[in-house]
Amino acid sequence: MSNEQIKNLEEIFEARIARDEKIEAKDWMPEKYRKTHIRQISQHAHSEIVGMLPEGNWISRAPSLRRKAALLAKVQDEAGHGLYLYSACETLGISREELYQQLHSGKAKYSSIFNYPTLTWADMGAIGWLVDGAAIINQVPLCNTSFGPYARAMVRVCKEESFHQRQGFEIMLKLCNGSKEQKDMAQDALNRWWWPSLMMLGPTDAESVHTEQSMKWKLKRKSNDDLRQQFIDQTVPQADILGLTIPDPDLKFNKQTGSYDFGAINWDEFWQVVKGHGPCNKQRISARVAAWDNGAWVRDAAMAHAAKKEELKVKIAI
Amino acid sequence: MDNNWPLWEIFVRSKNGLEHRHFGSLHAADEDMALENARDVYTRRNEGVSIWVVKSSDITASNPENNGELFEPAQDKVYRHPTFYKLPDEIKHM
Ligand SMILES: [Fe+2]
Ligand SMILES: [Fe+2]
Repeated sequence: MSNEQIKNLEEIFEARIARDEKIEAKDWMPEKYRKTHIRQISQHAHSEIVGMLPEGNWISRAPSLRRKAALLAKVQDEAGHGLYLYSACETLGISREELYQQLHSGKAKYSSIFNYPTLTWADMGAIGWLVDGAAIINQVPLCNTSFGPYARAMVRVCKEESFHQRQGFEIMLKLCNGSKEQKDMAQDALNRWWWPSLMMLGPTDAESVHTEQSMKWKLKRKSNDDLRQQFIDQTVPQADILGLTIPDPDLKFNKQTGSYDFGAINWDEFWQVVKGHGPCNKQRISARVAAWDNGAWVRDAAMAHAAKKEELKVKIAI
Repeated sequence: MDNNWPLWEIFVRSKNGLEHRHFGSLHAADEDMALENARDVYTRRNEGVSIWVVKSSDITASNPENNGELFEPAQDKVYRHPTFYKLPDEIKHM
């Protein structure tokens, strides 16, 4: 194809998206669109899968059967989210094997928030409330993104997220209405998860490289800073209900903007974690790789069993 | 031997009276495992009463590049629609 023809196709393509038409996997698309989508959807899938680890840590130590059932169901949902997203990503012509390879080798990124440790039971509350809360803010606009398989996966994901946030908030509420030790535990969890949750919404607009293109393709509808402000404005009143203090001395309601002003975010910490130097980066990836490697014999046995069954079917047919 | 589990397309009937609809896909070693995994991945909240699994490689799909020759001929066949036919005003229901 000549450059002229490609340019023409690209214009038609961009116009389709501008008209709110969906792009499906077999449609012609610019190489950059394909690559950007593989990167974003796979990062998203990896985040769901790695995100199971910090919470999985507490399933066996949940304080009651009710909490255990809820946490187990939530972690199972996150596995489901990862699977919906990997499938959507594979429609773009990359194999599951390659995707795992990229995660395991450290080539692919996942959300930096999952590189923080879960030290107490209150962390299960803080994660549901804050991390799933921030995820919802990120994900809801993606239900209308231009790539059909991604948009459909996001619709399913968003339907399931609200229970995640509620069960987390309920854990916090229970602790905050409990003994002094329990309330202190909740406050400590908020102190540790607040700033990483703000960072989770991505670098400031000034430093965000992909924003303009992503807006055009509806991979993004609001800027990171706008999403962050939305998250803060929605979360501060919830902290008030819990009777907890947001760990930011500069946090103040601004009557003029109708929003909360907040203190400086430690972006050095964010980039350190992204680059692999967070408290748990190594632990997360090695847990993931170990799970994959130790499961190899099961996957092989299942394939051997399937082959045997197939053989038997052929024999009976003869 | 290639030990990567093949891909399956999952179709779910959400309730009796409705057709099976494409829900997504997943990897599984064989059809029985595909059904079990589909139950866990796509029907955790009563989304279905029946599941079909089809090996993705068994599906033949039309190519969007041929959409013109495949689907455009239907566009100028206005006589396939009831509004093409003029009736006297007195006839109210037909
Ligand atoms: Fe999720
Ligand atoms: Fe979640």
